[in-house]
Amino acid sequence: MDILYFAWVRERIGIPREQVETSAATVADLVAELRLREERYELAFSDLTALRVAVDQKLADFDAPLDGVREVAFFPPMTGG
Amino acid sequence: MRVVVQEQPFDIGAETTAFAAGHKEMGAIVTFTGIVRDLPDDPLQAMEIEHYPGMTEAALTEIAQTAIDRWTLGDALVIHRYGRLVPGEMIMMVATASKHRKDAFEAAEYLMDYLKSRAPFWKREITDIGESWVASKAEDEDALTRW
Repeated sequence: MDILYFAWVRERIGIPREQVETSAATVADLVAELRLREERYELAFSDLTALRVAVDQKLADFDAPLDGVREVAFFPPMTGG
Repeated sequence: MRVVVQEQPFDIGAETTAFAAGHKEMGAIVTFTGIVRDLPDDPLQAMEIEHYPGMTEAALTEIAQTAIDRWTLGDALVIHRYGRLVPGEMIMMVATASKHRKDAFEAAEYLMDYLKSRAPFWKREITDIGESWVASKAEDEDALTRW
């Protein structure tokens, strides 16, 4: 699965994207796995209310299932316009 | 409908003229343009806009299609830039075409409200003091509830 990071999430984790082998059932499970990896992940995911997630390029909730999903992206609330 | 995500500047005059042409049955065209605003107390050197290629185009298309369906628009245009911009530069524009002006104005406001917090763009301000990501505003989220 491809994991993408944008804005300050990308800066905290230090890379824009990576491939992850995971059996996580939901986005929340994936976040829990990532947080255990290294401190920079723990730092980036410490406050989920400050984060948004997209599953296969569509906005989703943290309880969204990951079955068959190819791409998950994490980022702060968007500031377009 | 036309949705454009680009780094280079756009010509608002040419875009508006092209958009207005060919809509003889539409009596109203509304355009809105967003400009990089300078900061009075901490002069802005530049604004950097990051986006999510692929999702950005899809999200903008979905937002524009919803506006077209809801206000029975004749057409809609969204142009949004990314990359490094300086104060005074145009960041984005929307245009809507409808039979009467009320629908065109409302649809343009809807597009703007959704672009603010539902299209995957992130702004970063670079000033003499330092650099920081622009935080989202609660009022931008609240603005969606009226639709």
